[in-house]
Amino acid sequence: MTALALTAGAAGTDHAGATGHGAGGPAPKRIIVGYGFWIFLLSDVIMFSAFFATYAVLASNTAGGPSARQLFDLRNTALETACLLASSFTCGMASLAVGQRSMRWTQLTLLVTGLLGAGFLALEFREFAGLLARGAGPSRSAFLSAFFTLVGCHGLHVTAGLLWLGTMMAQFLAKGFRQDIRLRFLCFSLFWHALDIIWVAIFSLVYLVGTIL
Amino acid sequence: MSTENELDAGSNVGQDRAPGDEGGDEDRSLSAEVRGYVLGLVLAIALTIASFWAVQTHLIYGPGIPMALVALAVAQMGIHLVFFLHITTGPDNTNNVLALAFGVLIVGLVVFGSVWVMAHLNHNMVPMDELMRMQR
Repeated sequence: MTALALTAGAAGTDHAGATGHGAGGPAPKRIIVGYGFWIFLLSDVIMFSAFFATYAVLASNTAGGPSARQLFDLRNTALETACLLASSFTCGMASLAVGQRSMRWTQLTLLVTGLLGAGFLALEFREFAGLLARGAGPSRSAFLSAFFTLVGCHGLHVTAGLLWLGTMMAQFLAKGFRQDIRLRFLCFSLFWHALDIIWVAIFSLVYLVGTIL
Repeated sequence: MSTENELDAGSNVGQDRAPGDEGGDEDRSLSAEVRGYVLGLVLAIALTIASFWAVQTHLIYGPGIPMALVALAVAQMGIHLVFFLHITTGPDNTNNVLALAFGVLIVGLVVFGSVWVMAHLNHNMVPMDELMRMQR
């Protein structure tokens, strides 16, 4: 009993060696918020995996309609990829600027991030409009239903990310680099980088594989 | 409260690390952090170009191209995770890595399980036109 109490006391004072042992007291808020949002992102990725599985199963069911090979324009996909990758990079720059407490660089890098994100969305809208104009809408075949669901869901995420990004810019401007605002920004940057990871899967497995099968 | 804020701002010694946070040295200079992001960007661009090149080249055995694309995509996701989300194998990152491992397991089960089951179902099913004839 005394030995137990003694070890407990020793563990309590040994703050530096407490990683993963739960004896160092509650984790800082930044760890808890970041970890919680990481769990959310992973469940979002699992939701996307269901859409990916649906698409993989239905990709060849064109019901006599146009196939992926006839529809996809790789030049447009490359441009979209460039926009999203660059915006992921500038978002990383924004988190460095927030770490430096530089309002000018934070706003500038976030603005560039938002413009690149909007550019991505514009390219995607143009592509979808082109498909609809050719009669290749989501109701044409099972392949196109799955395609519009998967890629459209990613597009909706980017749209939500853009709204969040605008909110973050306004909040940094109005409230400064307060801790709660920085925590929100940590979550936003995780969200934005995760969207780019999902896009990597989309351009590789939907567009590139689609054009060779 | 303010000391706590100071503590969590950059102190990683003996602590866990939030995903997305820079790790390791607290004294890592800004230029070193920028270099990390630039390196990640360069690697991601190289892998993207390799993917787009793989579908247009004749150097790769045709039926092997989808596997090559999957490998390149997984590699690029790894680059994003390490250089942009700062998920590493460091001891302060164990929780993040374990959560990621579980996520990858579920994603693998959902995607490969669906494709596997549906392919076999498709294989064993009566073709649609024959089914129509039988119902007539």
